[in-house]
Amino acid sequence: MELLNLEKGKSAIVSGINAKDETIIAKLREIGFAEGDEVEIMHYGPIAKTPICIRLNRTLIALRPEEACAIEVEA
Amino acid sequence: MKYKVALIGAPNCGKSTLFNGLTGGRAKTANYAGVTVETKKGIFETHAGHDIELYDLPGIYGLTARSQDEKVAIDMLNGEMKEVGRPHLMLVVIDASNLRTHLHSALQLREMGLPMIVVLNMIDIATRDGIEINVGELSNQLGVPVVASRATRKEGREELLNQIDKLLICDLETALAKSVHDNLALLQKDARKIASIVIEKEASLNVITRKIDDIVLNPFLGPLVLALVLFLMFQAVFTWATPFMDAISYLVEALGRNVRNILGKSLFSQLIVDGIIAGVGAVLVFLPQIVILFAFIIILEASGYMSRAAFLMDEIMRRAGLNGRAFIPLLSSFACAIPGIMSARVIEHERDRLTTILIAPLMTCSARLPVYTLIIAAFIPNKPVFGFIGLQGLVMFCLYLSGIISAFIVAFVLKRTMTHGASQALIMELPSYKLPNARDFFLGIYMAAKSFVRRAGTVILWTSVILWGLSRFPLSATNLRETFAGKIGAILEKVLAPIGFNLEISIALVPGLAAREVAVGALGTIYSIQGGDANLETGLAQTLQHAWSLPTALAFLAWYVFAPQCFATLATIRRETNSWKWPVFAFCYLIILAYIAAGATYYISKIWF
Repeated sequence: MELLNLEKGKSAIVSGINAKDETIIAKLREIGFAEGDEVEIMHYGPIAKTPICIRLNRTLIALRPEEACAIEVEA
Repeated sequence: MKYKVALIGAPNCGKSTLFNGLTGGRAKTANYAGVTVETKKGIFETHAGHDIELYDLPGIYGLTARSQDEKVAIDMLNGEMKEVGRPHLMLVVIDASNLRTHLHSALQLREMGLPMIVVLNMIDIATRDGIEINVGELSNQLGVPVVASRATRKEGREELLNQIDKLLICDLETALAKSVHDNLALLQKDARKIASIVIEKEASLNVITRKIDDIVLNPFLGPLVLALVLFLMFQAVFTWATPFMDAISYLVEALGRNVRNILGKSLFSQLIVDGIIAGVGAVLVFLPQIVILFAFIIILEASGYMSRAAFLMDEIMRRAGLNGRAFIPLLSSFACAIPGIMSARVIEHERDRLTTILIAPLMTCSARLPVYTLIIAAFIPNKPVFGFIGLQGLVMFCLYLSGIISAFIVAFVLKRTMTHGASQALIMELPSYKLPNARDFFLGIYMAAKSFVRRAGTVILWTSVILWGLSRFPLSATNLRETFAGKIGAILEKVLAPIGFNLEISIALVPGLAAREVAVGALGTIYSIQGGDANLETGLAQTLQHAWSLPTALAFLAWYVFAPQCFATLATIRRETNSWKWPVFAFCYLIILAYIAAGATYYISKIWF
């Protein structure tokens, strides 16, 4: 399932990173997202639930839904 | 021989602190031709007596060359920066707390084919958080030396110096085996495998950071905290700075008086006192505001709160076509556009940075305040509106607001025309909270103050001299109108008359072009108000009430919201964009907006009143 659909506070494992835009994939990978990593939605931005604050292993990363939807997870 | 060493690592990995620690803070900013990214260069000596030139590269997460920063780093490491040449050695800094997530960048950098040392930074913080790393095994796995370093302590730095010496002794060119593959996903797989071997104990997210974020990023409390922080910042910039600003203007005046006493009334003495001391002094007065503002920004940045502010503001900024990170530069511009434009460097995306720089002058800077205060005091009655708000305060608020609203509109238009391009993705790390390092803090303030004072000593100095010359010559002139400034004003008047400006305003705008607040003093001279500064403001307000119509006064205020009357800002835009194109563009669009706004205000208020 998509990381976006993950319930806040529940952790999951990254199973894939897919997007039409290769730049987005590269940027997500560079900042640290990779298959097998643990992710969890920590917070949402105050307006329209964007951006999203995600815990990636021990790091916190802010993404907008457009970027976050590139990340596939498995519970 | 001097060895060139490149310092590279992700943002927030403690790279700057390490740089300051190694070089003792003796750094020069290094600008490279055709590159807008600024890097620092410092020197130090190893135990074996090798002279090291340390180059601080931009903080990057990887080497796919997709951002300006990454391009600079790759060019630098490949030796394509003519000013530097190929470095002999690179220090790859990794935050020990995030080794698993960031290790792949070390593998990526290893493929650059340069001798390298991995610095496992802030190991003390990682240990405190319950992480244990086998440093020797990491070195084995990577095939390069690994040094564990504490964020702020000397230990670790000693070992680092020894390692550098060791590497410099052996043949640098053959020190390394090269290249596995350039597929990022495979690199990450390798990195994760190594991480699993060397990380002996791992803990979850830092508890303090989690607790603070529960408040600071809460959808309701978060914006409240942000508003509080901003309020405190504005309060500091506008009130705490006042005594220091008063002290500086007192010193400037005293200096002018004493120099005049010594040099007499000669033309040379006037050049020194009225031209140089008064001109440079008028700008130096803003130094306390700049220092306080930078102190806030450095603390917010170093503590980790800044990226939280960007997180909270991202959606609002995005609707205007900006990036959450543009929030801080625009905020700084309320004190002065110069530090604001400089701090736009935090925006990675070139187009977004440019948009931010171009709209920064629309934020109401402190130099507009003296002008607003004068005109409002003269023309706006202080009667209450809706029973509790003063009309004067309301007008002042509207002036600030119209600056902000037009900035958003301009950004919206620019995004679709001049700075067109795909909107930047927001992929931003929120670092764990840290106490700012004292040395970094004071160095940061010192650097900001230094560059501000240097500008006052160069650009401002020369424009002051030129403007003084214009308003003093020819010597036969008996009043300001007969001087060159007066004659230029007369030409300007032809252009400015349609928007309600008279000859006096036109003349005052000539010196006011260099620095906005100078126009107040110039109006004083033109209407030949006698007496000291305190007298000037009240006396001038009364004179203006009779000399100007209300539509003219309102048009003048509208003009000031937009007019690009600050050479220092334009010079900063030129420096930060490395091209004359953008300062020229900024000047043109702002002056056109100013003209239209003043004209519209003039005609509408003429019908109204």
